[in-house]
Order: sequence, then C-alpha cells, then structure tokens
Amino acid sequence: MKPSIQNNPVNRRDFLKLGIAAGSLAAVAAGTRLQNFSQNAQETPTPDATQHSVHSEGSHPDPSGVVGEVDLSLFDPTHFLTDFDWGNESTLPDGRTLREWNVVALEKEIEIAPGVWFPAWTYNGQVPGPTFRCRQGDLLRVHFSNGSTHPHTIHFHGIHAPGMDGITPVVNPGESFTYEFEARPFGLHVYHCHVMSLKKHIHKGLYGTFIIDPPQGRPPAHEMVMVMNGFDSNFDNENEVYAVNTVAFHYARHPIQVKVGEPIRVYLSNMTEFDLINSFHLHAGMFRVYRTGTNLEHFELTDNIVLGQGERHVLEFTLEYPGQYMFHAHQSEFAELGWMGFFEASQ
Amino acid sequence: MIVEKDQPVSKPRSISTLGFLIPLAALGLLVFLFTATNPLALFRSDLPPLESLSFDRIKVTPAGFEVSLINSGPEPVSVTQVTIDDAYWQYQISPSADIPRFGKATLTIPYQWIVGEPHAIRVITSTGTTFDGEVPIATLTPTPGGREFLAYGLLGLYVGVLPVGLGLLWYPTMKRMGRRWLGFLLALTVGLLVFLFVDTLLEALEIGAELPGIFQGIPLALFAALLTWLAIMAVSSRQGKKGGSRGLVVASLIALSIGLHNFGEGLAVGAAFALGEAALGSFLVIGFILHNITEGIGIAAPLVPTRSDRPLPPGTVLEDEKPAAPRLATFLGLALLAGFPAVLGTWLGGFAFSPLLATVFLGVGLGAIWQVIVEVSGLLRRYAERDGLAWVSWLNLGGFVLGLGIMYFTAFLVKF
Repeated sequence: MKPSIQNNPVNRRDFLKLGIAAGSLAAVAAGTRLQNFSQNAQETPTPDATQHSVHSEGSHPDPSGVVGEVDLSLFDPTHFLTDFDWGNESTLPDGRTLREWNVVALEKEIEIAPGVWFPAWTYNGQVPGPTFRCRQGDLLRVHFSNGSTHPHTIHFHGIHAPGMDGITPVVNPGESFTYEFEARPFGLHVYHCHVMSLKKHIHKGLYGTFIIDPPQGRPPAHEMVMVMNGFDSNFDNENEVYAVNTVAFHYARHPIQVKVGEPIRVYLSNMTEFDLINSFHLHAGMFRVYRTGTNLEHFELTDNIVLGQGERHVLEFTLEYPGQYMFHAHQSEFAELGWMGFFEASQ
Repeated sequence: MIVEKDQPVSKPRSISTLGFLIPLAALGLLVFLFTATNPLALFRSDLPPLESLSFDRIKVTPAGFEVSLINSGPEPVSVTQVTIDDAYWQYQISPSADIPRFGKATLTIPYQWIVGEPHAIRVITSTGTTFDGEVPIATLTPTPGGREFLAYGLLGLYVGVLPVGLGLLWYPTMKRMGRRWLGFLLALTVGLLVFLFVDTLLEALEIGAELPGIFQGIPLALFAALLTWLAIMAVSSRQGKKGGSRGLVVASLIALSIGLHNFGEGLAVGAAFALGEAALGSFLVIGFILHNITEGIGIAAPLVPTRSDRPLPPGTVLEDEKPAAPRLATFLGLALLAGFPAVLGTWLGGFAFSPLLATVFLGVGLGAIWQVIVEVSGLLRRYAERDGLAWVSWLNLGGFVLGLGIMYFTAFLVKF
C-alpha cells in the first residue's frame, strides 16, 4: 500500500503546481513567441492535413478508454452491484425486526482506473460503502467506530431524531458511536459523512446507499445498486475520474449480464462532488422512474434522468432484444472520463 | 604531534596523499551511513511521492500524437492513463510506463485530431497526479525530409542572411558620410544592440523559467552569458595584440553576437511554422527582414575608414588609419556569420525544438551582445576623443535613440 497523504494536503498541492508548471512546457515546444501567434487559428488546412481529418491511417476502431486492468480482487464493481447488506437480523420483544451493522472508517488506497490509485477515506474499506438494506419499520443500529486519523460521522437520509442524524457527536479517531433509529420512509436513500469540510469528506469516499423496502416489498426483479461518483485524483476541485461504483469504464469492460425480458431494477444515486448534476442515459430502451423510490407509482417513462448531488431514483425496465445496451452519463465529458458501461442481454 | 618551528619537517609523499584521501573517505562513509540508516524517514513517512513529468515535445502525426516525456522529478513516475480533451484514450508507451529519474518515454496516442483546433493532452500517474501538455493548433508536425529541410533553410535565409546582407549594402553610402555621422552610426548600432540585449534577456528568462526545475534554466542562461562574455573578451584582446584591423574585429564580433541573437529568432520562426502558424508566415518573414536589416548597418559601421578631418597630435597611433579596404568576401562572411545561425535556428525550431538548448543559446547570445555593446561604445569613445569631440553628443544620443526606436517599432511586426 502506498503511503497515505491525508496529513499533507499542502505538500501534495504544492507539488502539483510543479507538475502544472512542467506541463506547460509543451507551450515552450511551441517556441518562444508562439502562444502569441495562436490567435490566428483559421488558416487554410494543408492538403495533407485535410486528408487526415477524413481518415486516419492506423488508428484503432475505438481508441478511446483506459489502458490496462484494475485489480478486481481488491474491489469488484460487478460483485458490488448486487451486494445488499441486510445486517445482523434479530427480533425484538415487541416483534419488530432489529438490524445491526458494524461500520469502521478506514483510510485506504483504492484503484479508480487501471493503475491510478486514490487515497480514499472509506466505510469498511470500500467505496462506495456497503449498501445497507432493510424494511420500513425495522429498528436499525449502526455501530460506527473511527479507525482513521480524521473525525468522521455517518449521516443517514430519512426521518429520525436529530441526535441520530450524524452531525453531532463528531466521532474522533479511536472513538465510536451507535446510531439507532427506525427505518422510514421506504425509498432509496443515501448516507455519508457529515464532518466539515463536507466536500472533502464526501468526495474522498465516505458515502453509500441505504435502501428501505416498502412493507409489502417491491415486485421481484434483477436488482442492482449504482452510485454515480467521481474522484479528484489531483486535488484541484475537479474530477479526473467518473464512474458508477468507482472504477472507470468497469461495466464497459465487464458488461452487466441480464436476461432478455426480465424486470431490472436499478437503485441509482448521485454522490458526485464538484459537478452540480450527473445523469443516467439508457440506450435502446426506456425506464420507469420512481423518484427517491418513495412512491410505488412511477413518475415518468424516459431514457435519460438528471440527478443533482445527493438525489436518487429507482429505475425499472426490461431489455427486449439480445445484445449490448450502452448506458452512461449524458454529460459526454463524464462518459468519456469513465462513466460508461453496457448491459448485455441474452436469451 | 607537535613539531618545533625550526625543525625542518620532511613530509613523506604518502602522508599528503593520505591527507587528500581522508576527507573523501569520510564523505563516502557519511553518504553510506545516511542512505543505510535513512535518518530522514521520520520526515517523509507520510509524504506523497514527489512526481514531476515534463512534456518535452509533442509531435502531431497523421495517426495522432507522439509525446516525449521527461521525468524531471526526484523519484520514478508511473504513467497509467492518458486523456485527450478530457476523454480517456488508448496509448502506447515506450520503452516503459515506469520512467526513472531523468528518464524519457514516448507516448504514442492514436487520435483523429482536428485541423486548426487546440488539443489538451493529460498524463495521469499512478498517484492520480496529472501533467498537462497542449497542442496549441493541431497541424502536422514537419518531419525532416529533403524538401522540408530546404524550405526551412530558405526561411532562415530570408529572416537572417538576406536582411543582414541588404543592410551591409549601405556600406558605400556610410563610407561617404562625414566623421560626425560615423559616430552617429556607431551610436545607432549601440541602440540596436541594447534593444537586442533586452529582448534576448527576456526571452532567455522566459524559456529558462519554463524548463524543468532540475535544469535551473535562468542560472543556466545567465552563466552561459557570463562565460561567453569572458571568452569573447579573451579572444578579442588577443586579436587586438595581433595588430589586425580593430574595425574588422569589432565588426566580426558584432556579426557573431547578432548571429546568436538571430539564432533565437530562427528558433521562433521555425517553431511557429512547425506548429501551423504558416498563415502568419509571410507577414512574419517581412517583419523580420525589416527588423534585421538594421543589423547590417551595425555590422558595417566599424568598418568605415576613419580618416580624421583634423591634424592629429604627433605620435598618435591609429590602427584603423589604413585599413585594407574590406573585400566582398569579407562582407559575405560577415553576412553569413550574422545571418546563417537563423537558418540553424529554423531547422532546430522546426524539427527538434529543445527548450534546454534554446536557453543555452540565448544565454550565449546575451553574453556576446553585451561584449559587443562594450566594444562599440569603446570604439565610439576613442574616435570621439581622437577628434576632440564629446562622445555623448546630442548627435550620438540621437543615433542611439534612433537605433532603439527602429528596433522597437519594427518589432511591432513580429511580436503579438
């Protein structure tokens, strides 16, 4: 594991400036006065160059995307997709179900694109954190302990007493706290750390999905969790990597296997920092949107849904033909920086 | 051991060799201990690796981009991903994605670039650190072939040799001018040179500052200037003793230093054309011709015979009194000396621009120009003293200002 850097943001940033300065050397390659000349860009293309823009010899059919492989033994987004954590289940004297989880905040280097390591802050060593799942009315106990070097909390979305909301107490390194509340209302929620600076604590990886099923449950479906996230690997308050479930282009390289005609349910949330909105666009199909999952009547049928930060929706659809269905953020930039994948439908 | 003062001490040779070796051995031991025990571990246990990657050159090819990278940081760097205009892109890297310190690597990125548009190339390392390069205007980078070599050479001739040669053609006119006007011309030359000095200094500082830290660009430029200045002083004082024509020596020095300056201009022009600034080309070339034509005057000025109008004090020795009339070959040689470096510059700028070399050459030019300013001012002063005139006269000052002014205003044509 690489040395963790969280105590030295200044050092890293200073060093990054160095890198930027070095990078601008390319401008030097332009010669001494060249940046000045570049105002005049509309020159007539040379015959050679025109020919080039029509066809490019020797180029791969699809030369975009990342190079190399991610070590999936550490974190496999395909496994994460359907990994619902129901906690330790027991029955209370009054007949209600009690669910308990142990959550530890840990610092960990995670691989966000092949070979690119991000010094993350994690719940239980993974980003996104575990997908907690329960039914409306269950009593939930989350035993949180802080094994990292910074203060953290868990702030759950939903209805509960303010004292259980993850603002106070702040859980300092080595300390612990148990969050206890009743699961309501049913729907698709998220949880994340709520220690200032919020932006830093969230984007470093302290977030996850929190699903409360309706008492009667939802119709059976092939269910999966998708957390839209991004990583600012050089700490310039912009994301260098976008993804669903952390790893850039993972589902493009490992398409999600589904059956033609089977109902599919995606629990989709947006935990991207720095960018105000993110979106989910499905090719060659349309999905029903259940906004925040809190109503069992669907809101609309569409193939593109925009989510603000912290927003989340349940999507339901079926794929009618065999083959690969692309899905991605309709912000093309996000798609090209990693947030793109495929469903592969087979008979 | 105490040695009495009057006692003759014979130091065996072995002792003095040992005395020389002991500090070296101690140094070796110290370095060994330091690296073995790593006492700094305490300071750096939590530090991120200090990565620094420099874009040395970006070539635009029919298939995409070829980027040469230099690891200018203290630690190895692993290149993991590449984005073009904020999109992850496939690439190949040779010899290895792990670039050792001072190591180089070449990225080959297949890309359908768009003619005339800028493209941003970003390299992401294993730590997520990013390094950015830019293609300001995408157009094919010229590859050195016979035709290109000729074309760039011609370009250099146009901006270097030709204008200097044209300027030298004023020599006969200058010869017919009176004594006072010769002083004016020399002062004008000083004006030109002072402008070139400032211009070259700023350019050297600009490129030097953008070099990767390890090369220490600005000190490099300044030391190159200092060494050049000292070397030229040494050479010219030797020439003086040989009793050659002082005027020709000064003219050659001017030509040499102007040549070094023109080298820098050639670099700029060559790189401009290579990067697709060809639309500006003819304008730029005409600009440089006008800008550099005055350099010819500056070179010719010290060659003008300096017969005095007044009787000389007895015993005055004037080295320029009977100059061998400069031959055509001399003028050709001077024009080449001052102009041909521009050709070399366009070649280098067009085919293999290196910021490091450019910094050194600009530094050399700087030192040369400085020494020439000193020489020409000295000449001006000697002539004036000999003729009993004030050397900072209104006429000479006018010449100086005109020289500065010509360079300043003709530079409008080549600076944007």
